Amino acid sequence: MANFGSIVERLNGNIYHLDEEESHIEVNQEIAKKMGVGKLFVRICPAHVYSEETDGSIGVSYAACLECGTCLAVATPGSLKWHYPKGGCGIAFREG
Amino acid sequence: MDEEIFDVIVVGGGIAGLVSAYQLAKSGHEVVLIERGVEAGSKNLSGGVFYSRIMEEIFPDFLKEAPVERHITRNIISFLNQTSAVNIDYWDQRLADPINAVSVLRVKLDAWLSGKCEEAGVMIMPGVRVDSLLKEGDQYVGVKAGEDELRAKVIILADGVNSFLAQDEGIRPKQLPKYLAVGVKSVIGLPRKVIEDRFRVRGNEGVAYAIVGDCTKSVAGGGFLYTNSESISIGVVLQLESIEKKGLTSTVIFDQFLEHPAIAPLIADGELLEYGCHLTMEDGPAMVAQEVSRPGLLIVGDAAGFTVNTGLTIRGMDFAAGSALAVAKTIDNALKNKDFSQSAMNMYRMELDSHWVGQDMKTYKNAPAFFETSRLYGDYGQLLADIFYRIFHHDLTPRKRLTSVVLGAFKASSLKVTNLIRDAFFGLKSL
Repeated sequence: MANFGSIVERLNGNIYHLDEEESHIEVNQEIAKKMGVGKLFVRICPAHVYSEETDGSIGVSYAACLECGTCLAVATPGSLKWHYPKGGCGIAFREG
Repeated sequence: MDEEIFDVIVVGGGIAGLVSAYQLAKSGHEVVLIERGVEAGSKNLSGGVFYSRIMEEIFPDFLKEAPVERHITRNIISFLNQTSAVNIDYWDQRLADPINAVSVLRVKLDAWLSGKCEEAGVMIMPGVRVDSLLKEGDQYVGVKAGEDELRAKVIILADGVNSFLAQDEGIRPKQLPKYLAVGVKSVIGLPRKVIEDRFRVRGNEGVAYAIVGDCTKSVAGGGFLYTNSESISIGVVLQLESIEKKGLTSTVIFDQFLEHPAIAPLIADGELLEYGCHLTMEDGPAMVAQEVSRPGLLIVGDAAGFTVNTGLTIRGMDFAAGSALAVAKTIDNALKNKDFSQSAMNMYRMELDSHWVGQDMKTYKNAPAFFETSRLYGDYGQLLADIFYRIFHHDLTPRKRLTSVVLGAFKASSLKVTNLIRDAFFGLKSL
């Protein structure tokens, strides 16, 4: 079968214009932990933006974001700040 | 930015935004379209089948000029189980004349539409993210991007399924997870000849698979596979409430789909051209029933919820174009009468309701509830395979009549007669 590598390897084939200064994603660690929603972000995100750190906090690799908004759609109130990257930044699809 | 007041500001360069802008510019209005991506299309992703007849009303030479991939003449409905698949393979030459549906890749299509807009006089402003809307009293009068303000007589929100602008203004609610689904998709490159041989299509003809069952591992949703000119679009669509409840991982489901013995050969030796995802809708009709206008403001396409899954066809792009035509007509009228009040904007809803765009939303309003039935994502596909297995598996026991075979398979399944009656009744009423 066709082997396309890990999700990270697949994302590396995409074109991104990274906003070096600002992340467009911010997890409220306290609320996320209390509501257990961090694990849901990890599972649901197709770009593997979220990861569970050894201390239980949620790591965010915002550079990989495909800007679908799925995490925000399932986030409990207050657990996540998420908006689109600033104009011209983020994913630039070539196929779509 | 200066104090110039445009006739129309369109937020978002997808099909809905571009078609509205094009129509209004053609009618002689001054239109600016603001797109947050580096160009119109760069943030856009669709599964890829466009029921394209509506586009020929807007661009008579659409099929000749636009970068469409293949004309869909073969539709395959596939019930996928872990170790079996039952397909309905429907090919029809009539679907090629007139051409009814085409596969598209949005970055290419939207760039073409954007060019058409510019030819018609639309000012395209890429690389700008609109942060908020400007309001005077009840009236929407412009947009704010960073420190810059831009004013217009009417604003069109064509900012896609998330439509944060409408949410931030309290015009539309945050959508329920059961209304939404995430699509995970890859575009896989294959030589033209391989596609023709593998999918038994000729020339520009193509195939669309709608797949249900093991492709989503019991999560409500489905899989799709569409042939492009020299690539395959393949993916899964997962309803958010369902994947949340099942405790599954989106990328694991997607990869298991690609590795499924019935699917893997279809993409064998392919080269990954792009890995992407996008949020889409499971319950468009419920979202379209929410507010779609305010004084000086109209909401169009995915931002207003215009997507329908009928089980066999998934339609969004044709609704985007259809709703754009209704919006353009409403605004053209408002500009002529210099009336941008709520009652002038209400013409949009009337326009929708008088065409298939609004009527189809009503026809399929119960379909999403039907698709919540978990039996659709496992039991029925397995039952079909079990019936065929009993027909084709000759194990030297005496044969039974077909009725007995079907009843036997049904009794051996986990389905109950009451389920079957309920699902058949509800399905017939909803679809």
